[in-house]
Amino acid sequence: MTMAASAPRDPRRTGRYVYATAVFLLCAWVLGPLYLLFVNTLSSPEAVNSFPKAYIPEFNFESIEFFMEFAGMTSALWNSIQVATLTMIMSILVGAPAGYALSRFDFTGKETFRILILLTRAFPLPLLALPLAVLFIRTGLDDTIFGLALVHTTLAVPFAVLITFSLFSGIPMELEEAAWTLGCNRLTAFIKVVLPLILPGITASAIFAFVISWNEVFAAAVLTIENRTLTAFLLQNLDTSALHLKFAGGFILVVPALIFIFAVRKYLFAMWGIANR
Amino acid sequence: MQARYLPYVLIAPVSVFLGLFFLYPFYLVAQTAFYDGAGWSLKNFQEVTSYWKFPISFKNTLWLAAVVVPIQLALALLMATMVNAMKKGRDLVLYIWTIPLGISDLAAGIIWLAIFEQSGFLNSMMHGLGFIDRPTALISYQNPALIFVAIALAEIWRATAIMLVILVAGIGLIPKEYYEAAQVFGAGRWKQFVRITLPLLRPSLSTALVLRVILAFEVFAVVQALGGTLFPVLMSETYAYQFELLNGGAAASVALIILGISIASTIVILRVLRVPKGATI
Repeated sequence: MTMAASAPRDPRRTGRYVYATAVFLLCAWVLGPLYLLFVNTLSSPEAVNSFPKAYIPEFNFESIEFFMEFAGMTSALWNSIQVATLTMIMSILVGAPAGYALSRFDFTGKETFRILILLTRAFPLPLLALPLAVLFIRTGLDDTIFGLALVHTTLAVPFAVLITFSLFSGIPMELEEAAWTLGCNRLTAFIKVVLPLILPGITASAIFAFVISWNEVFAAAVLTIENRTLTAFLLQNLDTSALHLKFAGGFILVVPALIFIFAVRKYLFAMWGIANR
Repeated sequence: MQARYLPYVLIAPVSVFLGLFFLYPFYLVAQTAFYDGAGWSLKNFQEVTSYWKFPISFKNTLWLAAVVVPIQLALALLMATMVNAMKKGRDLVLYIWTIPLGISDLAAGIIWLAIFEQSGFLNSMMHGLGFIDRPTALISYQNPALIFVAIALAEIWRATAIMLVILVAGIGLIPKEYYEAAQVFGAGRWKQFVRITLPLLRPSLSTALVLRVILAFEVFAVVQALGGTLFPVLMSETYAYQFELLNGGAAASVALIILGISIASTIVILRVLRVPKGATI
Protein backbone atom coordinates (compact mmCIF):
# COMPACT_ATOMS: atom_id res chain seq x y z
CA MET A 1 0.00 0.00 0.00
CA THR A 2 2.82 2.43 0.84
CA MET A 3 4.29 1.74 -2.59
CA ALA A 4 1.13 2.77 -4.34
CA ALA A 5 0.80 5.93 -2.29
CA SER A 6 4.31 7.20 -2.99
CA ALA A 7 4.47 6.19 -6.67
CA PRO A 8 2.71 8.31 -9.30
CA ARG A 9 -0.94 7.42 -9.82
CA ASP A 10 -0.43 6.22 -13.39
CA PRO A 11 0.57 2.55 -12.83
CA ARG A 12 -2.49 1.99 -10.68
CA ARG A 13 -4.75 3.46 -13.30
CA THR A 14 -3.19 1.37 -16.07
CA GLY A 15 -3.70 -1.63 -13.80
CA ARG A 16 -7.37 -0.78 -13.53
CA TYR A 17 -7.69 -0.47 -17.30
CA VAL A 18 -5.97 -3.82 -17.83
CA TYR A 19 -8.31 -5.35 -15.27
CA ALA A 20 -11.46 -3.87 -16.86
CA THR A 21 -10.32 -4.92 -20.33
CA ALA A 22 -9.65 -8.46 -19.13
CA VAL A 23 -13.13 -8.71 -17.57
CA PHE A 24 -14.67 -7.38 -20.76
CA LEU A 25 -12.69 -9.77 -22.98
CA LEU A 26 -13.62 -12.77 -20.85
CA CYS A 27 -17.30 -11.77 -21.03
CA ALA A 28 -16.97 -11.47 -24.81
CA TRP A 29 -15.30 -14.90 -24.91
CA VAL A 30 -18.38 -16.42 -23.28
CA LEU A 31 -21.05 -14.39 -25.06
CA GLY A 32 -19.49 -14.15 -28.54
CA PRO A 33 -19.99 -17.76 -29.66
CA LEU A 34 -23.53 -17.71 -28.22
CA TYR A 35 -24.31 -14.58 -30.21
CA LEU A 36 -23.06 -16.23 -33.41
CA LEU A 37 -25.38 -19.19 -32.77
CA PHE A 38 -28.30 -16.77 -32.36
CA VAL A 39 -27.37 -15.02 -35.62
CA ASN A 40 -27.41 -18.36 -37.43
CA THR A 41 -30.67 -19.47 -35.87
CA LEU A 42 -32.50 -16.25 -36.63
CA SER A 43 -31.43 -16.25 -40.28
CA SER A 44 -33.09 -17.95 -43.22
CA PRO A 45 -31.73 -21.37 -44.28
CA GLU A 46 -30.26 -19.72 -47.41
CA ALA A 47 -28.36 -17.18 -45.34
CA VAL A 48 -27.07 -19.90 -43.00
CA ASN A 49 -25.62 -21.84 -45.91
CA SER A 50 -24.26 -18.81 -47.78
CA PHE A 51 -20.83 -17.19 -47.63
CA PRO A 52 -19.63 -14.79 -46.32
CA LYS A 53 -21.79 -14.60 -43.24
CA ALA A 54 -23.55 -11.52 -41.95
CA TYR A 55 -22.88 -10.67 -38.31
CA ILE A 56 -26.36 -9.32 -37.66
CA PRO A 57 -29.40 -11.61 -37.62
CA GLU A 58 -32.16 -11.02 -40.19
CA PHE A 59 -34.82 -12.01 -37.63
CA ASN A 60 -36.13 -14.54 -40.06
CA PHE A 61 -37.86 -17.52 -38.44
CA GLU A 62 -37.72 -19.96 -41.37
CA SER A 63 -34.92 -21.99 -39.77
CA ILE A 64 -36.90 -22.39 -36.55
CA GLU A 65 -40.05 -23.27 -38.50
CA PHE A 66 -38.12 -25.82 -40.54
CA PHE A 67 -36.80 -27.28 -37.30
CA MET A 68 -40.25 -27.53 -35.74
CA GLU A 69 -41.71 -29.19 -38.83
CA PHE A 70 -38.82 -31.65 -39.22
CA ALA A 71 -40.14 -35.20 -38.80
CA GLY A 72 -39.78 -36.42 -35.24
CA MET A 73 -38.41 -33.19 -33.82
CA THR A 74 -41.42 -32.03 -31.82
CA SER A 75 -41.89 -35.46 -30.29
CA ALA A 76 -38.18 -35.51 -29.40
CA LEU A 77 -38.60 -32.11 -27.77
CA TRP A 78 -41.63 -33.36 -25.85
CA ASN A 79 -39.71 -36.50 -24.77
CA SER A 80 -36.87 -34.33 -23.47
CA ILE A 81 -39.29 -32.24 -21.43
CA GLN A 82 -40.98 -35.33 -19.99
CA VAL A 83 -37.71 -37.07 -19.06
CA ALA A 84 -36.31 -33.91 -17.49
CA THR A 85 -39.47 -33.25 -15.49
CA LEU A 86 -39.59 -36.82 -14.21
CA THR A 87 -35.89 -36.63 -13.31
CA MET A 88 -36.50 -33.40 -11.45
CA ILE A 89 -39.34 -34.86 -9.37
CA MET A 90 -37.65 -38.18 -8.65
CA SER A 91 -34.27 -36.76 -7.70
CA ILE A 92 -35.83 -34.37 -5.17
CA LEU A 93 -38.20 -36.96 -3.71
CA VAL A 94 -35.39 -39.49 -3.37
CA GLY A 95 -32.56 -37.10 -2.51
CA ALA A 96 -34.04 -34.53 -0.13
CA PRO A 97 -34.85 -36.97 2.73
CA ALA A 98 -31.24 -38.16 2.68
CA GLY A 99 -30.00 -34.56 2.72
CA TYR A 100 -32.17 -33.95 5.78
CA ALA A 101 -30.86 -37.08 7.49
CA LEU A 102 -27.25 -36.06 6.86
CA SER A 103 -27.78 -32.59 8.30
CA ARG A 104 -29.82 -33.55 11.38
CA PHE A 105 -28.67 -36.95 12.64
CA ASP A 106 -25.51 -38.70 13.69
CA PHE A 107 -25.91 -42.34 12.85
CA THR A 108 -23.69 -45.35 12.34
CA GLY A 109 -22.77 -45.68 8.70
CA LYS A 110 -23.19 -41.95 8.02
CA GLU A 111 -19.61 -41.68 6.79
CA THR A 112 -19.98 -44.73 4.50
CA PHE A 113 -23.13 -43.23 3.06
CA ARG A 114 -21.42 -39.88 2.45
CA ILE A 115 -18.56 -41.65 0.69
CA LEU A 116 -21.01 -43.57 -1.51
CA ILE A 117 -22.56 -40.26 -2.55
CA LEU A 118 -19.19 -38.65 -3.21
CA LEU A 119 -17.97 -41.75 -5.06
CA THR A 120 -20.62 -41.29 -7.73
CA ARG A 121 -18.81 -38.06 -8.56
CA ALA A 122 -15.57 -39.90 -9.31
CA PHE A 123 -17.11 -42.22 -11.89
CA PRO A 124 -18.08 -41.61 -15.50
CA LEU A 125 -21.77 -42.22 -14.86
CA PRO A 126 -23.13 -42.12 -18.43
CA LEU A 127 -21.26 -45.38 -19.07
CA LEU A 128 -23.78 -47.06 -16.77
CA ALA A 129 -26.25 -46.80 -19.59
CA LEU A 130 -24.51 -49.69 -21.37
CA PRO A 131 -25.40 -52.52 -18.94
CA LEU A 132 -28.69 -50.86 -18.10
CA ALA A 133 -29.70 -51.05 -21.75
CA VAL A 134 -29.60 -54.85 -21.50
CA LEU A 135 -31.29 -54.87 -18.11
CA PHE A 136 -34.06 -52.60 -19.34
CA ILE A 137 -34.87 -54.85 -22.27
CA ARG A 138 -35.42 -57.69 -19.83
CA THR A 139 -37.69 -55.61 -17.61
CA GLY A 140 -39.56 -53.85 -20.41
CA LEU A 141 -38.14 -50.44 -19.49
CA ASP A 142 -36.16 -50.14 -22.72
CA ASP A 143 -36.90 -47.14 -24.89
CA THR A 144 -39.25 -45.64 -22.29
CA ILE A 145 -39.35 -42.18 -20.80
CA PHE A 146 -39.36 -43.68 -17.31
CA GLY A 147 -36.31 -45.87 -17.93
CA LEU A 148 -34.19 -42.96 -19.15
CA ALA A 149 -35.46 -40.79 -16.30
CA LEU A 150 -34.21 -43.44 -13.86
CA VAL A 151 -30.69 -43.19 -15.28
CA HIS A 152 -30.80 -39.40 -15.33
CA THR A 153 -31.98 -39.46 -11.72
CA THR A 154 -28.85 -41.46 -10.88
CA LEU A 155 -26.85 -38.59 -12.36
CA ALA A 156 -28.82 -35.92 -10.53
CA VAL A 157 -29.53 -37.51 -7.15
CA PRO A 158 -26.04 -37.12 -5.63
CA PHE A 159 -26.32 -33.40 -6.34
CA ALA A 160 -29.79 -33.31 -4.81
CA VAL A 161 -28.48 -34.99 -1.63
CA LEU A 162 -25.47 -32.70 -1.26
CA ILE A 163 -27.41 -29.53 -2.09
CA THR A 164 -30.29 -30.28 0.27
CA PHE A 165 -27.73 -31.28 2.91
CA SER A 166 -26.12 -27.85 2.74
CA LEU A 167 -29.54 -26.14 2.60
CA PHE A 168 -30.89 -27.98 5.66
CA SER A 169 -27.64 -27.35 7.52
CA GLY A 170 -28.28 -23.63 7.05
CA ILE A 171 -31.51 -23.83 9.08
CA PRO A 172 -30.93 -23.93 12.83
CA MET A 173 -32.10 -27.04 14.65
CA GLU A 174 -33.48 -24.70 17.35
CA LEU A 175 -36.30 -23.58 15.05
CA GLU A 176 -37.56 -27.14 14.83
CA GLU A 177 -37.09 -27.75 18.53
CA ALA A 178 -39.11 -24.62 19.29
CA ALA A 179 -41.91 -25.94 17.10
CA TRP A 180 -41.85 -29.27 18.96
CA THR A 181 -42.32 -27.52 22.30
CA LEU A 182 -45.27 -25.64 20.80
CA GLY A 183 -47.09 -28.87 20.05
CA CYS A 184 -45.77 -29.91 16.64
CA ASN A 185 -44.45 -33.40 16.04
CA ARG A 186 -41.46 -34.06 13.78
CA LEU A 187 -43.52 -34.12 10.61
CA THR A 188 -45.71 -31.07 11.25
CA ALA A 189 -42.68 -29.10 12.45
CA PHE A 190 -40.92 -29.97 9.23
CA ILE A 191 -43.89 -28.99 7.08
CA LYS A 192 -44.74 -25.78 8.92
CA VAL A 193 -41.28 -24.47 9.81
CA VAL A 194 -38.52 -25.99 7.69
CA LEU A 195 -40.28 -26.49 4.38
CA PRO A 196 -41.25 -22.83 3.76
CA LEU A 197 -37.68 -21.74 4.49
CA ILE A 198 -36.13 -24.37 2.28
CA LEU A 199 -38.52 -24.18 -0.66
CA PRO A 200 -36.59 -21.70 -2.87
CA GLY A 201 -33.43 -23.75 -2.46
CA ILE A 202 -35.28 -26.98 -3.22
CA THR A 203 -36.72 -25.36 -6.34
CA ALA A 204 -33.26 -24.33 -7.44
CA SER A 205 -31.86 -27.82 -7.02
CA ALA A 206 -34.90 -29.25 -8.83
CA ILE A 207 -34.20 -26.90 -11.74
CA PHE A 208 -30.60 -28.04 -11.66
CA ALA A 209 -31.72 -31.68 -11.93
CA PHE A 210 -33.87 -30.67 -14.90
CA VAL A 211 -30.86 -29.12 -16.65
CA ILE A 212 -28.69 -32.18 -16.01
CA SER A 213 -31.27 -34.39 -17.69
CA TRP A 214 -32.06 -31.92 -20.46
CA ASN A 215 -28.39 -31.74 -21.46
CA GLU A 216 -27.43 -35.39 -21.16
CA VAL A 217 -26.42 -36.97 -24.46
CA PHE A 218 -24.71 -40.36 -24.10
CA ALA A 219 -27.17 -42.27 -21.91
CA ALA A 220 -30.08 -40.78 -23.83
CA ALA A 221 -28.58 -41.97 -27.13
CA VAL A 222 -27.88 -45.44 -25.73
CA LEU A 223 -31.22 -46.01 -24.03
CA THR A 224 -33.73 -44.62 -26.52
CA ILE A 225 -34.41 -45.79 -30.04
CA GLU A 226 -37.94 -44.80 -31.06
CA ASN A 227 -38.55 -42.31 -28.26
CA ARG A 228 -35.43 -40.21 -28.80
CA THR A 229 -34.88 -37.16 -26.63
CA LEU A 230 -33.83 -33.93 -28.31
CA THR A 231 -30.11 -34.43 -27.62
CA ALA A 232 -30.22 -38.06 -28.80
CA PHE A 233 -32.17 -37.07 -31.90
CA LEU A 234 -29.74 -34.31 -32.82
CA LEU A 235 -26.74 -36.57 -32.19
CA GLN A 236 -28.18 -39.30 -34.37
CA ASN A 237 -28.81 -36.88 -37.21
CA LEU A 238 -25.52 -34.95 -36.96
CA ASP A 239 -24.00 -36.51 -40.09
CA THR A 240 -27.03 -36.13 -42.28
CA SER A 241 -28.89 -33.02 -41.19
CA ALA A 242 -28.56 -29.60 -42.78
CA LEU A 243 -26.63 -26.83 -41.06
CA HIS A 244 -29.67 -24.69 -40.32
CA LEU A 245 -31.32 -27.68 -38.64
CA LYS A 246 -28.29 -28.22 -36.39
CA PHE A 247 -28.10 -24.58 -35.40
CA ALA A 248 -31.83 -24.32 -34.68
CA GLY A 249 -31.48 -27.50 -32.58
CA GLY A 250 -28.53 -26.05 -30.70
CA PHE A 251 -30.54 -22.88 -30.08
CA ILE A 252 -33.50 -24.81 -28.66
CA LEU A 253 -31.08 -26.70 -26.40
CA VAL A 254 -29.42 -23.52 -25.16
CA VAL A 255 -32.39 -21.27 -24.40
CA PRO A 256 -33.83 -23.18 -21.41
CA ALA A 257 -30.32 -23.54 -20.01
CA LEU A 258 -29.84 -19.75 -20.12
CA ILE A 259 -33.10 -19.14 -18.28
CA PHE A 260 -32.41 -21.85 -15.72
CA ILE A 261 -28.92 -20.66 -14.88
CA PHE A 262 -30.37 -17.17 -14.41
CA ALA A 263 -33.08 -18.56 -12.13
CA VAL A 264 -30.70 -20.53 -9.93
CA ARG A 265 -27.73 -18.12 -9.97
CA LYS A 266 -28.10 -17.32 -6.26
CA TYR A 267 -27.82 -20.99 -5.38
CA LEU A 268 -25.03 -21.94 -7.78
CA PHE A 269 -22.40 -21.76 -5.07
CA ALA A 270 -24.38 -23.77 -2.56
CA MET A 271 -24.86 -26.34 -5.31
CA TRP A 272 -21.47 -26.62 -6.90
CA GLY A 273 -19.04 -25.06 -4.55
CA ILE A 274 -19.63 -25.90 -0.94
CA ALA A 275 -21.73 -28.99 -1.53
CA ASN A 276 -18.86 -30.61 -3.36
CA ARG A 277 -16.24 -30.22 -0.64
CA MET B 1 -41.47 -43.81 14.83
CA GLN B 2 -38.36 -43.98 16.95
CA ALA B 3 -35.74 -41.37 16.22
CA ARG B 4 -33.10 -44.09 16.12
CA TYR B 5 -34.46 -45.60 12.93
CA LEU B 6 -35.55 -42.38 11.27
CA PRO B 7 -32.21 -41.53 9.56
CA TYR B 8 -32.04 -45.00 8.03
CA VAL B 9 -35.58 -44.68 6.72
CA LEU B 10 -34.63 -41.30 5.22
CA ILE B 11 -31.49 -42.54 3.47
CA ALA B 12 -33.07 -45.81 2.33
CA PRO B 13 -34.48 -44.48 -0.98
CA VAL B 14 -31.13 -43.06 -2.14
CA SER B 15 -29.24 -46.16 -1.02
CA VAL B 16 -31.59 -48.48 -2.87
CA PHE B 17 -31.49 -46.22 -5.90
CA LEU B 18 -27.71 -45.99 -6.04
CA GLY B 19 -27.39 -49.70 -5.34
CA LEU B 20 -29.67 -50.54 -8.24
CA PHE B 21 -28.53 -47.96 -10.76
CA PHE B 22 -24.92 -47.25 -9.73
CA LEU B 23 -23.25 -50.21 -8.02
CA TYR B 24 -25.11 -53.02 -9.77
CA PRO B 25 -24.52 -51.67 -13.33
CA PHE B 26 -20.82 -51.40 -12.52
CA TYR B 27 -20.79 -55.03 -11.57
CA LEU B 28 -22.59 -55.77 -14.85
CA VAL B 29 -20.11 -53.76 -16.96
CA ALA B 30 -17.20 -55.62 -15.37
CA GLN B 31 -18.95 -58.94 -15.94
CA THR B 32 -19.64 -58.21 -19.59
CA ALA B 33 -16.09 -57.02 -20.17
CA PHE B 34 -14.38 -60.04 -18.62
CA TYR B 35 -16.73 -62.66 -20.04
CA ASP B 36 -16.20 -64.08 -23.51
CA GLY B 37 -19.11 -66.48 -23.85
CA ALA B 38 -17.38 -69.47 -22.29
CA GLY B 39 -15.64 -68.14 -19.19
CA TRP B 40 -13.57 -65.37 -17.66
CA SER B 41 -10.94 -63.97 -19.97
CA LEU B 42 -9.23 -60.86 -21.23
CA LYS B 43 -10.31 -61.57 -24.80
CA ASN B 44 -12.52 -58.49 -25.05
CA PHE B 45 -9.67 -56.28 -23.90
CA GLN B 46 -7.24 -57.87 -26.35
CA GLU B 47 -9.72 -57.40 -29.16
CA VAL B 48 -10.33 -53.76 -28.25
CA THR B 49 -6.72 -52.74 -27.71
CA SER B 50 -5.43 -54.46 -30.83
CA TYR B 51 -7.94 -52.62 -33.04
CA TRP B 52 -6.08 -50.01 -35.12
CA LYS B 53 -8.30 -47.17 -33.93
CA PHE B 54 -7.64 -47.80 -30.24
CA PRO B 55 -4.18 -46.17 -29.90
CA ILE B 56 -5.43 -43.10 -31.79
CA SER B 57 -8.56 -42.67 -29.71
CA PHE B 58 -6.64 -43.31 -26.51
CA LYS B 59 -4.01 -40.77 -27.46
CA ASN B 60 -6.63 -38.23 -28.58
CA THR B 61 -8.54 -38.51 -25.31
CA LEU B 62 -5.45 -38.11 -23.14
CA TRP B 63 -3.98 -35.28 -25.22
CA LEU B 64 -7.25 -33.40 -25.17
CA ALA B 65 -7.44 -33.70 -21.38
CA ALA B 66 -3.76 -32.76 -21.00
CA VAL B 67 -4.19 -29.59 -23.07
CA VAL B 68 -7.67 -28.52 -21.99
CA VAL B 69 -7.59 -29.07 -18.20
CA PRO B 70 -4.48 -26.97 -17.36
CA ILE B 71 -5.75 -24.07 -19.49
CA GLN B 72 -9.13 -24.30 -17.79
CA LEU B 73 -7.51 -24.39 -14.37
CA ALA B 74 -5.43 -21.28 -15.11
CA LEU B 75 -8.41 -19.48 -16.63
CA ALA B 76 -10.73 -20.43 -13.76
CA LEU B 77 -8.15 -19.27 -11.18
CA LEU B 78 -7.73 -15.98 -13.01
CA MET B 79 -11.48 -15.44 -13.28
CA ALA B 80 -12.08 -16.42 -9.65
CA THR B 81 -9.48 -13.97 -8.32
CA MET B 82 -10.86 -11.25 -10.60
CA VAL B 83 -14.40 -11.83 -9.37
CA ASN B 84 -13.19 -11.84 -5.79
CA ALA B 85 -11.64 -8.39 -6.17
CA MET B 86 -14.74 -7.01 -7.88
CA LYS B 87 -16.94 -4.49 -6.15
CA LYS B 88 -19.36 -3.30 -8.82
CA GLY B 89 -21.13 -5.63 -11.23
CA ARG B 90 -19.94 -8.84 -9.52
CA ASP B 91 -23.32 -10.59 -9.92
CA LEU B 92 -23.68 -9.73 -13.59
CA VAL B 93 -20.13 -10.80 -14.46
CA LEU B 94 -20.54 -14.04 -12.51
CA TYR B 95 -23.81 -14.79 -14.28
CA ILE B 96 -22.23 -14.27 -17.69
CA TRP B 97 -19.19 -16.36 -16.82
CA THR B 98 -21.31 -19.22 -15.49
CA ILE B 99 -23.71 -19.37 -18.45
CA PRO B 100 -21.79 -22.25 -20.09
CA LEU B 101 -22.50 -24.33 -16.98
CA GLY B 102 -26.04 -24.85 -18.26
CA ILE B 103 -25.09 -25.56 -21.84
CA SER B 104 -24.88 -29.16 -22.98
CA ASP B 105 -21.76 -30.48 -24.64
CA LEU B 106 -23.76 -31.17 -27.80
CA ALA B 107 -24.96 -27.57 -27.95
CA ALA B 108 -21.40 -26.36 -27.31
CA GLY B 109 -20.16 -28.48 -30.21
CA ILE B 110 -22.86 -27.04 -32.48
CA ILE B 111 -22.03 -23.49 -31.35
CA TRP B 112 -18.37 -23.90 -32.30
CA LEU B 113 -19.40 -25.60 -35.52
CA ALA B 114 -21.04 -22.29 -36.47
CA ILE B 115 -17.57 -20.77 -36.26
CA PHE B 116 -15.45 -23.52 -37.79
CA GLU B 117 -17.69 -24.94 -40.57
CA GLN B 118 -16.79 -24.19 -44.16
CA SER B 119 -19.17 -21.25 -44.63
CA GLY B 120 -18.83 -20.36 -40.96
CA PHE B 121 -17.81 -17.24 -39.11
CA LEU B 122 -14.06 -17.89 -38.99
CA ASN B 123 -13.87 -18.22 -42.76
CA SER B 124 -16.16 -15.19 -43.15
CA MET B 125 -13.92 -13.15 -40.93
CA MET B 126 -10.76 -14.18 -42.77
CA HIS B 127 -12.52 -13.37 -46.03
CA GLY B 128 -13.54 -9.97 -44.69
CA LEU B 129 -9.95 -9.26 -43.69
CA GLY B 130 -8.75 -10.30 -47.14
CA PHE B 131 -6.74 -13.36 -46.09
CA ILE B 132 -8.68 -15.78 -48.27
CA ASP B 133 -10.74 -15.48 -51.48
CA ARG B 134 -13.00 -18.46 -51.05
CA PRO B 135 -13.95 -20.54 -48.03
CA THR B 136 -11.80 -23.60 -47.43
CA ALA B 137 -12.91 -26.65 -45.48
CA LEU B 138 -11.36 -26.11 -42.05
CA ILE B 139 -12.62 -29.31 -40.49
CA SER B 140 -11.34 -32.02 -42.77
CA TYR B 141 -8.90 -34.91 -42.60
CA GLN B 142 -6.23 -32.62 -44.06
CA ASN B 143 -6.33 -30.40 -40.97
CA PRO B 144 -6.04 -32.71 -37.96
CA ALA B 145 -4.42 -29.94 -35.91
CA LEU B 146 -7.28 -27.56 -36.59
CA ILE B 147 -9.87 -30.15 -35.57
CA PHE B 148 -7.99 -30.57 -32.31
CA VAL B 149 -7.92 -26.79 -31.77
CA ALA B 150 -11.64 -26.45 -32.51
CA ILE B 151 -12.56 -29.24 -30.07
CA ALA B 152 -10.19 -27.92 -27.40
CA LEU B 153 -11.62 -24.39 -27.73
CA ALA B 154 -15.19 -25.69 -27.47
CA GLU B 155 -14.27 -27.71 -24.37
CA ILE B 156 -12.47 -24.76 -22.74
CA TRP B 157 -15.40 -22.50 -23.57
CA ARG B 158 -17.99 -24.89 -22.18
CA ALA B 159 -16.47 -26.41 -19.09
CA THR B 160 -14.33 -23.72 -17.45
CA ALA B 161 -17.43 -22.50 -15.59
CA ILE B 162 -17.65 -25.67 -13.48
CA MET B 163 -14.17 -25.06 -12.10
CA LEU B 164 -14.85 -21.34 -11.73
CA VAL B 165 -17.87 -21.85 -9.48
CA ILE B 166 -16.06 -24.33 -7.23
CA LEU B 167 -13.02 -22.05 -6.96
CA VAL B 168 -15.06 -18.88 -6.30
CA ALA B 169 -16.87 -20.69 -3.50
CA GLY B 170 -13.54 -21.94 -2.16
CA ILE B 171 -11.91 -18.51 -2.21
CA GLY B 172 -14.94 -17.13 -0.37
CA LEU B 173 -14.15 -19.49 2.52
CA ILE B 174 -10.62 -18.14 3.05
CA PRO B 175 -10.66 -15.67 5.99
CA LYS B 176 -9.81 -12.10 5.00
CA GLU B 177 -7.50 -11.79 8.05
CA TYR B 178 -4.78 -13.79 6.30
CA TYR B 179 -4.62 -11.28 3.48
CA GLU B 180 -4.64 -8.36 5.90
CA ALA B 181 -1.76 -9.91 7.80
CA ALA B 182 0.14 -10.49 4.56
CA GLN B 183 -0.35 -6.83 3.60
CA VAL B 184 0.99 -5.71 6.95
CA PHE B 185 4.16 -7.67 6.21
CA GLY B 186 4.36 -6.12 2.75
CA ALA B 187 3.40 -9.06 0.55
CA GLY B 188 2.29 -8.07 -2.94
CA ARG B 189 -0.70 -9.38 -4.85
CA TRP B 190 1.21 -12.20 -6.50
CA LYS B 191 2.86 -13.34 -3.28
CA GLN B 192 -0.52 -13.35 -1.53
CA PHE B 193 -1.93 -15.49 -4.31
CA VAL B 194 0.92 -18.01 -4.20
CA ARG B 195 1.35 -18.14 -0.43
CA ILE B 196 -2.24 -17.81 0.82
CA THR B 197 -4.82 -18.41 -1.89
CA LEU B 198 -3.27 -21.45 -3.56
CA PRO B 199 -2.44 -23.49 -0.44
CA LEU B 200 -5.74 -22.75 1.30
CA LEU B 201 -7.65 -23.48 -1.88
CA ARG B 202 -6.35 -27.06 -2.05
CA PRO B 203 -9.64 -28.82 -1.16
CA SER B 204 -11.52 -26.83 -3.81
CA LEU B 205 -8.72 -27.29 -6.32
CA SER B 206 -8.78 -31.05 -5.92
CA THR B 207 -12.58 -31.19 -6.22
CA ALA B 208 -12.52 -29.02 -9.32
CA LEU B 209 -9.70 -31.02 -10.90
CA VAL B 210 -11.21 -34.44 -10.17
CA LEU B 211 -14.56 -33.40 -11.60
CA ARG B 212 -13.06 -31.77 -14.63
CA VAL B 213 -10.56 -34.53 -15.48
CA ILE B 214 -13.26 -37.21 -15.31
CA LEU B 215 -15.50 -35.12 -17.54
CA ALA B 216 -12.57 -34.63 -19.92
CA PHE B 217 -12.13 -38.40 -20.29
CA GLU B 218 -15.86 -38.64 -21.01
CA VAL B 219 -15.69 -36.13 -23.85
CA PHE B 220 -18.14 -37.25 -26.51
CA ALA B 221 -20.80 -34.97 -27.95
CA VAL B 222 -18.48 -32.00 -28.59
CA VAL B 223 -16.24 -34.33 -30.58
CA GLN B 224 -19.18 -35.85 -32.45
CA ALA B 225 -20.49 -32.42 -33.42
CA LEU B 226 -17.15 -30.97 -34.51
CA GLY B 227 -14.91 -33.80 -35.64
CA GLY B 228 -17.26 -36.70 -36.20
CA THR B 229 -15.30 -39.77 -37.15
CA LEU B 230 -12.25 -37.64 -37.99
CA PHE B 231 -11.30 -37.40 -34.33
CA PRO B 232 -11.94 -40.71 -32.54
CA VAL B 233 -11.98 -40.64 -28.73
CA LEU B 234 -12.57 -43.47 -26.25
CA MET B 235 -16.20 -42.55 -25.60
CA SER B 236 -17.06 -42.47 -29.31
CA GLU B 237 -15.38 -45.89 -29.67
CA THR B 238 -17.63 -47.21 -26.91
CA TYR B 239 -20.63 -45.80 -28.72
CA ALA B 240 -19.51 -47.29 -32.05
CA TYR B 241 -18.94 -50.73 -30.51
CA GLN B 242 -22.38 -50.67 -28.92
CA PHE B 243 -24.33 -49.47 -31.94
CA GLU B 244 -22.43 -49.92 -35.17
CA LEU B 245 -20.55 -53.11 -34.37
CA LEU B 246 -23.14 -54.43 -31.88
CA ASN B 247 -20.35 -55.77 -29.70
CA GLY B 248 -21.44 -55.27 -26.09
CA GLY B 249 -18.40 -57.00 -24.63
CA ALA B 250 -16.00 -54.68 -26.46
CA ALA B 251 -18.06 -51.62 -25.51
CA ALA B 252 -17.92 -52.70 -21.87
CA SER B 253 -14.14 -53.15 -21.97
CA VAL B 254 -13.58 -49.66 -23.43
CA ALA B 255 -15.92 -48.38 -20.71
CA LEU B 256 -13.78 -50.10 -18.10
CA ILE B 257 -10.64 -48.58 -19.60
CA ILE B 258 -12.21 -45.11 -19.31
CA LEU B 259 -13.20 -45.95 -15.77
CA GLY B 260 -9.65 -47.14 -15.03
CA ILE B 261 -7.94 -43.96 -16.18
CA SER B 262 -10.59 -41.89 -14.35
CA ILE B 263 -9.95 -43.66 -11.06
CA ALA B 264 -6.17 -43.55 -11.53
CA SER B 265 -6.17 -39.81 -12.17
CA THR B 266 -8.57 -39.19 -9.27
CA ILE B 267 -6.17 -40.97 -6.91
CA VAL B 268 -3.21 -39.00 -8.26
CA ILE B 269 -5.00 -35.66 -7.89
CA LEU B 270 -6.21 -36.43 -4.37
CA ARG B 271 -2.69 -37.53 -3.37
CA VAL B 272 -0.93 -34.49 -4.79
CA LEU B 273 -3.39 -31.98 -3.36
CA ARG B 274 -3.88 -33.78 -0.04
CA VAL B 275 -4.55 -31.54 2.94
CA PRO B 276 -2.46 -32.65 5.93
CA LYS B 277 -4.52 -34.29 8.65
CA GLY B 278 -5.71 -31.88 11.30
CA ALA B 279 -5.04 -28.81 9.19
CA THR B 280 -8.05 -26.56 8.74
CA ILE B 281 -8.63 -23.14 7.29
